[in-house]
Amino acid sequence: MALRGPVGPRRLPDWMATTALLLPAYAWLTLAVFLPLLTMFVFSFLNKTPMGQAPVEFTLRHYRAFIDQPYLLGVAWNTLMMGVWTTLICAVLGFLAALALVRCSFGRSREMLLVLILLPFWTNGLVRVFSWTMVLRENGFLDSLWHLVGDGSVGFLYSRPAIILGLVHGYLPYMILTCYIALVTIDDAVIEAAQSLGARWWTVLGSILIPLALPGLISGAVLTFVPVIGSFMEPRILGGPVGMTLGTVIEDQFTQAFNWPLGASLSFTLLAVVLAIFATFSGVLRRGTAGAS
Amino acid sequence: MNAQVNAPATAPVTHVAIQSVAKRFGTVPVLSDITTSFAPGSFTSLLGPSGSGKTTLLRIVAGFVTPDEGRVTIGARDVTDVPVWGRNIGMMFQSYALFPHMSVARNVAFGLERRGIRGAEAARAVGQALEMVRLTGFGDRMPKQLSGGQQQRVALARALVIKPSVLLLDEPLSALDRRLRQEMQVELLRIQRETGLTTIFVTHDQEEALTLSDRIAILDKGRIVQAGRPADIYERPETRFAAEFLGDSNFLSGTVSQGAVRLGDGTVVQTAHPLPAEGSPVTLAIRPEKMAVTESAANLLTARIVTVIYAGPVLSYLLETRDGTKLKLFLANRDGTVLPEGETISLGWSPDHAIPVAD
Ligand SMILES: Nc1ncnc2c1ncn2[C@@H]1O[C@H](COP(=O)(O)OP(=O)(O)OP(=O)(O)O)[C@@H](O)[C@H]1O
Ligand SMILES: [Mg+2]
Repeated sequence: MALRGPVGPRRLPDWMATTALLLPAYAWLTLAVFLPLLTMFVFSFLNKTPMGQAPVEFTLRHYRAFIDQPYLLGVAWNTLMMGVWTTLICAVLGFLAALALVRCSFGRSREMLLVLILLPFWTNGLVRVFSWTMVLRENGFLDSLWHLVGDGSVGFLYSRPAIILGLVHGYLPYMILTCYIALVTIDDAVIEAAQSLGARWWTVLGSILIPLALPGLISGAVLTFVPVIGSFMEPRILGGPVGMTLGTVIEDQFTQAFNWPLGASLSFTLLAVVLAIFATFSGVLRRGTAGAS
Repeated sequence: MNAQVNAPATAPVTHVAIQSVAKRFGTVPVLSDITTSFAPGSFTSLLGPSGSGKTTLLRIVAGFVTPDEGRVTIGARDVTDVPVWGRNIGMMFQSYALFPHMSVARNVAFGLERRGIRGAEAARAVGQALEMVRLTGFGDRMPKQLSGGQQQRVALARALVIKPSVLLLDEPLSALDRRLRQEMQVELLRIQRETGLTTIFVTHDQEEALTLSDRIAILDKGRIVQAGRPADIYERPETRFAAEFLGDSNFLSGTVSQGAVRLGDGTVVQTAHPLPAEGSPVTLAIRPEKMAVTESAANLLTARIVTVIYAGPVLSYLLETRDGTKLKLFLANRDGTVLPEGETISLGWSPDHAIPVAD
């Protein structure tokens, strides 16, 4: 056309370039995520694990597990509560830790401190959980400390609080990181402006910091909640007899009962519940983050 | 009228005083022995190069920085130990610092809410403040949807609506482009006059300081080197630093000899101002626009034109005397004639315009 500027090397149409750029990523996603998931999805409709010679049949039976075995509903409720409490505690602790990090240190020392805070969390998960059993068991480390001042035992190994303690320890780093990233971008002058207008620290916290860090809190909550309600290591090791969660039930199907189809169907039910929860809250979340991002 | 509504008869006229304030960060002294005061309703600029301590001084008045020594009073109240939120200050920042998650109206209402003013009364005050900065009807916008200039107006409205005792501004206009900056200067001046607020304005832009203030304090290395009316500082700089920082200046060094100054090459320069003792070294400051091309003046000097800068209304000549002293000469562009580079001319100026300055 007459109005075109200087003609450079011929360019591909936009859609072609976009497709070419996205193709490797999607191919990888398909191979690494969707294919295995799809296999499991197919398994969840089979009547038994398709490993032997016996012929397999399609069935919807496993998706009725919650009706056929009502105790699973109780397990699911406990699992959700475990997720809610862990996420809540992580949110409070993680936000405060990130806040302390951002407000009380500068530049290089701040990044160093962040790494130092996160480092202990990156120990092997099994080691981390088992070390809590050493602390929490009867006559464990916690009791030795307690015996300095009192009698009896305060160890609470094999209880729900023990599970939550272990989970909080495992997932706190994600919350610290996401909150840190959100808080670090807040201009100091914004906080100072609030103070100059008469805001005390609690107003600054409630009206400025928390609303502005909401995107970080929300992504931290998602990153915590989803894996926590599927977790099985912490409930099994720290919960013992009370540690039955959907995660352990599912794990049992794969490792003990060898009922992969039931395990798979429970997993997908869990996934559906999680998606339903996020779908319900996404409107709220979007409104919460709209002004802040 | 508008101004009547916004600036009631009881407009807060507050005196701000700083007594022997000193501040060091670590071992580095950032401010030393600062004593100055800001008259009620005055507009003072703190002017100085980067790192001279302007922001630190302003933040001491605001309460963000606690001085190591000295007292700060706002009105009759010694606020040295009062936290920021208790000082009733209006503050504007270079980065605007609006609350990004609140609408314009909620931004402006924030300070009112802290004072327990809500509902219809708050809405009325917010409306008035927005009207004052000419942003009526913008209340529902989010800060992101405003231009830089508009955001800074919101910040101003937010600072004004609480009827502060003193308005503190830290280079609030330096993020704006030149035209917008000049527009905002006019606005700021109008609003400051209407409200009668004691205002302290930090800038390193001398032109801005001259345009806006009725008093300028020049800071250098944590000290106030000179403070006074802009014209007084410009016409009678006391130090070489002040002469250089506010406006442009030529400097001639020599020794005092028989009530005049004898330069290195023997030229004698007359001055109408008091000189130090006979025989002591002295520097004279002469503003480039106060020199003229002439053969007949009390003070004369010949110099060669090295460079001509054609700047429209003003022609700047960079000159060099025979002994290598560099000089500047600003001539009004009256008839479009430009003296050619390389030509040797005779410069003249009156003894009134040769001002002895301390180094
Ligand atoms: N919180 C701080 N910690 C350590 N040093 C500081 C701190 N704040 C300021 N300084 C130092 O104090 C000196 C004066 O800083 P200040 O910000 O007051 O200068 P300024 O005149 O406002 O400069 P600019 O025009 O660049 O804004 C600088 O050398 C700066 O490095
Ligand atoms: Mg500064």
